[in-house]
Amino acid sequence: MLRFFLTRVGLLAPTFLGVTVVAFIFVRLIPGDPVEVMVGEMGISPERHAELLARLGLDLPLWEQYLRYLGGLFQGDLGVSIVTKQPVLHEFFTLLPATLELSFCAITAAILLGLPLGILAATRQGSAFDHTVMASSLAGYSMPIFWWGPLLIILFSGVLGWTPVSGRISLLYFFEPVTGFMLIDSLLSGEPGAFTSALGHLILPTIVLGTIPMAVIARQTRSAMLEVLGEDYVRTARAKGLPASRVIGLHALRNALIPVVTVIGLQVGVLMAGAVLTETIFSWPGIGKWMVDSIFRRDYPSVQGGLLLIAAIVMLVNLIVDLLYGLINPRIRHRN
Amino acid sequence: MSATATLTVTADARRELREFWFYFSENRGAVAGFAVVLAVVLTAVFADFIAPHSPVEQFRDHLLQPPAWQDGGSWTFPLGTDAVGRDMLSRLIHGSQYSLLIGCIVVVLSLTFGVLLGLVAGFSGRAVETVIMRVMDVILSFPSLLLALVLVAILGPSLGNAMIAVAVVILPHFVRLTRASVLAERSREYVTASRVAGAGTPRLMFSTVLPNCMAPLIVQATLSFSTAILDAAALGFLGMGAQPPTPEWGTLLADSRDLILRAWWVVTFPGLMILVTVLSINLMGDGLRDALDPRLKRS
Repeated sequence: MLRFFLTRVGLLAPTFLGVTVVAFIFVRLIPGDPVEVMVGEMGISPERHAELLARLGLDLPLWEQYLRYLGGLFQGDLGVSIVTKQPVLHEFFTLLPATLELSFCAITAAILLGLPLGILAATRQGSAFDHTVMASSLAGYSMPIFWWGPLLIILFSGVLGWTPVSGRISLLYFFEPVTGFMLIDSLLSGEPGAFTSALGHLILPTIVLGTIPMAVIARQTRSAMLEVLGEDYVRTARAKGLPASRVIGLHALRNALIPVVTVIGLQVGVLMAGAVLTETIFSWPGIGKWMVDSIFRRDYPSVQGGLLLIAAIVMLVNLIVDLLYGLINPRIRHRN
Repeated sequence: MSATATLTVTADARRELREFWFYFSENRGAVAGFAVVLAVVLTAVFADFIAPHSPVEQFRDHLLQPPAWQDGGSWTFPLGTDAVGRDMLSRLIHGSQYSLLIGCIVVVLSLTFGVLLGLVAGFSGRAVETVIMRVMDVILSFPSLLLALVLVAILGPSLGNAMIAVAVVILPHFVRLTRASVLAERSREYVTASRVAGAGTPRLMFSTVLPNCMAPLIVQATLSFSTAILDAAALGFLGMGAQPPTPEWGTLLADSRDLILRAWWVVTFPGLMILVTVLSINLMGDGLRDALDPRLKRS
């Protein structure tokens, strides 16, 4: 197991180095002079310009700049935002809980709905229920979520007036963030109604962000179940006279879950891409919206840092899923 | 001699096509998807004849007019008008041209470079292969839309750059698929036979091995077509794709963001077009996979 772990981590190291190179190069490829972007419209004398360049280390040769950047990374220094003058790392981790909260709710909802739907569809293969699940999951998979969000807002906020349009909590409530997770903070604040308000604000973004993962999970669960249900040992279990619930729930599901776990892990990248759109639609103050805003504000240190940290999170989660996969399935562990 | 050869080839091709259609048409969803895609293609080709108005003409007396069946609507503008009085239906019809164009160009770009890189990775030594595959891993480490977004920020927001960005983002799938197929085929006897007969590496790559790797690539190309349309529309929605007044469907949605609660038709129809088109292409892709993948074929 240790060897398996080390191989996987070893494979990841060069990829991560590649990611740092991409994040480093990208920002230098953006047209325009970074110092001029920083000072804005005011204009600047040539001496001051050179001084600022030197202070940012931009007068050094490219490889030296990269080594400095890499050295900074290992000390947790990702630069300072041009707009807010705050360290990028600090900004990122202030906003991360909002995205984590939303992503967690979305993936939980997706699993809670997608898994049973996939199992039921597989056990009723060819039925009207199966066709409905497959059709709606294909629709969910094809969904332009930047349209799905506004559509739900029209229906549930506009016509029915059930849910708020945007934000994380009603403006009536104000309390100091403790954990950064609004559901927990609103409970801790002890203000009546705060938790309900936070929950209400979460519903639509959760649906929007969870739609594609749910569709993928339902489809994958169904096909994995169908494959397992055709295996000999399932037939044996049935022949022994075990009740259907036990055959499906115990014998089939345990083995069918292995590919499903992988697919759930792969949704992290999907969630991060989806967060960019969902947070923009619902003005959700997380890292997705922050990335979009930073791109439009030409806040390059933030774009660079955000890109790197998001890629790092995605890689880390994929590594964990990979290791879990090796843990559940010895065949994978011993193959290499 | 050559005439007979051509004859057999066309007969073979016809038989293969018939066999393909036999398996493809068994999947009713795939046929329905194919029909819708065909309809969208025809709409795009004949947009100038079908559309009742110009997509950019502004009817200043008819701002935000609702669809015909609602109070205040009229059949002059069947699906209503937008905030500056342009006919929604005409804009949607012309928008189909952009979506199909985006899909085609992105897939052609990605497929061409992906197949080339995949073939090189599969046929070259370990060093070149490692470099190519690691670079693809790096691209895959970023959430696709985010990477595309930053790429467009570097290149400057426009439809062309959005297409390049999306092509880069989906490139690794083609490279990986081609390489995997090449590695599976390379050790087969027909390849060895061809090599012994004196075929050079380029000939082995393109003429011996590549034709036998096409089935999964065609399926992947179809599915990437829908991804390309979705991602390019998402970029348009974020203001980083096609720029107004281009009637690209994602850009139409971006225009309507402030009107969500005032004019439902401006929001609903462009997204519906994206959903229907993408869904149909995905349905078609599923059918193609069943028809082209010999492992799933019932003998």
